[in-house]
Amino acid sequence: MLNLDNPLVFAGIKFLGIFVAFNAVLMIVAYTVLAERRVLAFIQGRVGPNRVGYGGVLQPFADLLKFIFKEEIVPDKSTKFIYILAPIIAITSALMTIVVYPFGPRVVIPFTDISFEMVVTRFDVALLYVLAVTSVGVYGITLAGWSSNSKYSLMGGLRSAAQLISYELSLGLSLVGVILISGSLDLATIVEQQGNRWGFGDGLNIILQPLSWNIFLQPLGFLIYLISAIAETNRVPFDLPEAETELVAGFHTEYSALKFALFFMAEYVNMFTVSMLAATLFLGGWQGPGVAQLPILGVFWFLGKVIFFLFFYIWLRGTLPRFRFDQLMNFGWKFLLPVAILNIILTATLAFFGVFQF
Amino acid sequence: MSIISDIIDSTKAIIKGMSITLAQIPKEKWTVQYPDDPVTLQPRYRGQHLLHVDELGREKCVACFLCAAACPSDCIYIIADDDPRPEEERIGVDERYAKIYNIDYGRCIFCGYCVEACPKDAITHGYNFELSVYTRADLLKTKDDLLITKQKQSPNYRVAFSDEDVDSEYKEI
Repeated sequence: MLNLDNPLVFAGIKFLGIFVAFNAVLMIVAYTVLAERRVLAFIQGRVGPNRVGYGGVLQPFADLLKFIFKEEIVPDKSTKFIYILAPIIAITSALMTIVVYPFGPRVVIPFTDISFEMVVTRFDVALLYVLAVTSVGVYGITLAGWSSNSKYSLMGGLRSAAQLISYELSLGLSLVGVILISGSLDLATIVEQQGNRWGFGDGLNIILQPLSWNIFLQPLGFLIYLISAIAETNRVPFDLPEAETELVAGFHTEYSALKFALFFMAEYVNMFTVSMLAATLFLGGWQGPGVAQLPILGVFWFLGKVIFFLFFYIWLRGTLPRFRFDQLMNFGWKFLLPVAILNIILTATLAFFGVFQF
Repeated sequence: MSIISDIIDSTKAIIKGMSITLAQIPKEKWTVQYPDDPVTLQPRYRGQHLLHVDELGREKCVACFLCAAACPSDCIYIIADDDPRPEEERIGVDERYAKIYNIDYGRCIFCGYCVEACPKDAITHGYNFELSVYTRADLLKTKDDLLITKQKQSPNYRVAFSDEDVDSEYKEI
């Protein structure tokens, strides 16, 4: 029926996959913004936006319309080309990582023999690709801060460059433990290994199945990843690049209308991809009780885990105050980095003695 | 080992804070959905003024100018007049009445001094708080807007009972 050897058909299917994945992620991101506003409001004893549509469900579209109709202001003394390029870099690097995440297991379409994997592209160095592309996002923020030619933006850009470079180290190192255990950089392989690692029963038990997840082999790595991921996405309590009480809005002070919307979207897409990576590497991705029997359930397990992380982010924002800059640097270099290295040494030693041979 | 006790202490503190914020989510909210639900006002709320009338429908104001004199922002403008007709047909309770009684809500600061100064209890603060208008001239309210028989009351508020604790109404659920 479908000849996958034909390059045009292959490209068409990939394009369809990318289209579906991007739109699904962008919709979820739009509703993350709404969820953040509602949950924050609930934490603070307010109601939040509930006027547009039933319970505020159309609020993201109202926000988007507002952004579209705002005036585009370009500062007179800015470096125009880079000023316009910066938000494009930010959103592109945020969206590019979506293609490698496995959203679900191999699913067979009912009443046919066609089956497909719920991942846009599966390649050997997916994790490396994710880290590399995420790092490019720093350029978007830093260049935005520099090209705006404003003191606040420059301070925000400098801070974010320092912060992102510092925390990327411990972020990368916290993932080494997982790589040592799985022996692969391919995200789909890492997820498949977390299915029924210990050979307990048929994978239906709600308590026994999660024991195969990497979080139980890498608790320290998971905590380090969680903390540095929050810092990587510039979220509270590590939101120093845009600290509104000190720097107006940080690196995007001079940005308005759609260019601001791109930064805003990039922040939330980053939040989403970082949550997806946490779910994939540590919480078993689409693995969960009952997935072996009913593969389509995997998608819901995956989304459920990601949504848990997103809620955790919002919850954290409603609770913690912002770090001071020297505290942030001390915490990153003097605490997280040594602990991450300790975690690698521990894992490597255990792996050397064959503890992780399954 | 101070670093380990530091870690334990800060982790405890974060968990405590997180549990407090999580406990707030299912609680009843303070927000009043204002145009849909009425706002609860205190009994002594100072809203738009009311000019009162007696049981026969005659205005209580005798145009003594005490309110205008007490007003710190000079927003009350009165022109007094005499009404020689017999007692039952008069506009006011007394011979002397206010032919014009204007309050400029562009100037009024809702201090309540006029109400305190009035010897006849002719002017009090009502509960109307929806005073927005489209032009500045509309902020000048005349007797037609202020008289208790003519003032339109908004349906969007509810006056609390004197023993009702309005401020902590939503607090303990």
